[in-house]
Amino acid sequence: MRVGVLALQGDVREHQRILESLGAEAVWVRRKEDLKNLDGLVIPGGESTAISKLIGIFDLMQTLREFVATKPVLGTCAGLILLSDQVEGRLDDQELIGGLDIVSSRNAYGSQANSFEATVQYEDTTEPVAFIRAPKILDTKSAKVLATYQGQPVAVQQNNILAACYHPEITGSTHLHSLLITEIDSRQ
Amino acid sequence: MTTEKTSATPLVKSGLAEMLKGGVIMDVVNAEQAKIAEDAGAVAVMALERVPADIRAQGGVARMSDPDLIDQIIETVSIPVMAKARIGHFVEAQVLESLKVDYIDESEVLSPADYVNHIDKWGFSVPFVCGATNLGEALRRITEGASMIRSKGEAGTGDVSEATKHIRTILGEIRALSAKSDDELFVSAKELQAPYELVKNVAKNGKLPVVLFVAGGVATPADAAMMMQLGADGVFVGSGIFKSGDPVARARAIVKATAAFNDPAVVAEASRGLGEAMVGINVNDLPAPHRLAERGW
Repeated sequence: MRVGVLALQGDVREHQRILESLGAEAVWVRRKEDLKNLDGLVIPGGESTAISKLIGIFDLMQTLREFVATKPVLGTCAGLILLSDQVEGRLDDQELIGGLDIVSSRNAYGSQANSFEATVQYEDTTEPVAFIRAPKILDTKSAKVLATYQGQPVAVQQNNILAACYHPEITGSTHLHSLLITEIDSRQ
Repeated sequence: MTTEKTSATPLVKSGLAEMLKGGVIMDVVNAEQAKIAEDAGAVAVMALERVPADIRAQGGVARMSDPDLIDQIIETVSIPVMAKARIGHFVEAQVLESLKVDYIDESEVLSPADYVNHIDKWGFSVPFVCGATNLGEALRRITEGASMIRSKGEAGTGDVSEATKHIRTILGEIRALSAKSDDELFVSAKELQAPYELVKNVAKNGKLPVVLFVAGGVATPADAAMMMQLGADGVFVGSGIFKSGDPVARARAIVKATAAFNDPAVVAEASRGLGEAMVGINVNDLPAPHRLAERGW
């Protein structure tokens, strides 16, 4: 199984490590041709404004949108922002990949002073994660809630797209990545 | 169901730096420059009262920025805002923390406030980045609580040679450490003037426990790409952008070259038509007392 990690900016290595620990081959994605022959894709944490600029600079937007339309994808933090159809606090010229019909809000918890570690609740398990200048999901619309924190939705799935406000990759938590891999398996 | 919440842990502090990897952090002196930096794709901005080239040209004591300017920058951009405090000036750091900056740079670019002690960074909830010219210095800053290290280079010169020297020194010393046996690491710890457990951790993992950026003298897309190829996690650009002929184009070009550092064709493309680079000063022409990298120990 070959899973790409969008490697323009952000915590690419942490995602790579978790994918590899689950037995997947992790491939860095920097050009259009890197997206060929991948079974899934992770869009990592980082600065969503910088990543979206770089997507534009390297002319990846169309190819990414086509990939996200059909293949399993996981986005964390900045990745959730980039996958959201609607984002509050988006820069005027910030282009999103979209595909996930939710409304999210950038840096909704505030500055770094409001970043924190916490345990999130999945349907059948809990895991420690980190919220770093994290976004919030304002409206999950038709997406299924995968995880909550203090009763609020913090991870969702809609068809082939999974996304979380937090970083499981920083604490080494693997549940979301294993859900991505299950999603990939179910299609093979 | 457990939902305990813990802020300002070492993981939360270094975690933000992890998110900045592969990116460019740009020095800005006002909100207008901060906006240019954000629009160009900077991952964060660094607020300071004068860019290093001006500090060098004008002389005098360089201090933390006016809080009004920092507030304006925070209000203007959505990316993380860092700000510089003088080495050892823990009250400037307290002020910056109260302004809710995302990171504090305890920086040799400003005039030191204490020639003996650095700030005890463990006492703060805001994370710190500190400069280092070699591994021992980096480990001492981490021991004091730094959550991110940048090699110092020689700020405000546009001469990348010191940045090259410092990143090569730090990474070379790490490689040498990894080749040592456990019993040799006791002596290494003594020589590096750093705690044994930290030295052992670096030797075992072959890397610092925090993110390592490069700073001080990066002026062109090729400079930035070279620092990345040498093994930096990301790049700080100070005077190089706003002291150049076309800051908007140069800021974008450096972001592009940093992301595609291994692709000479992209770096070439990024290097075209940028207008004049900052004029620069050769480090060898700087008398030793005027070298900022020698501040801090």
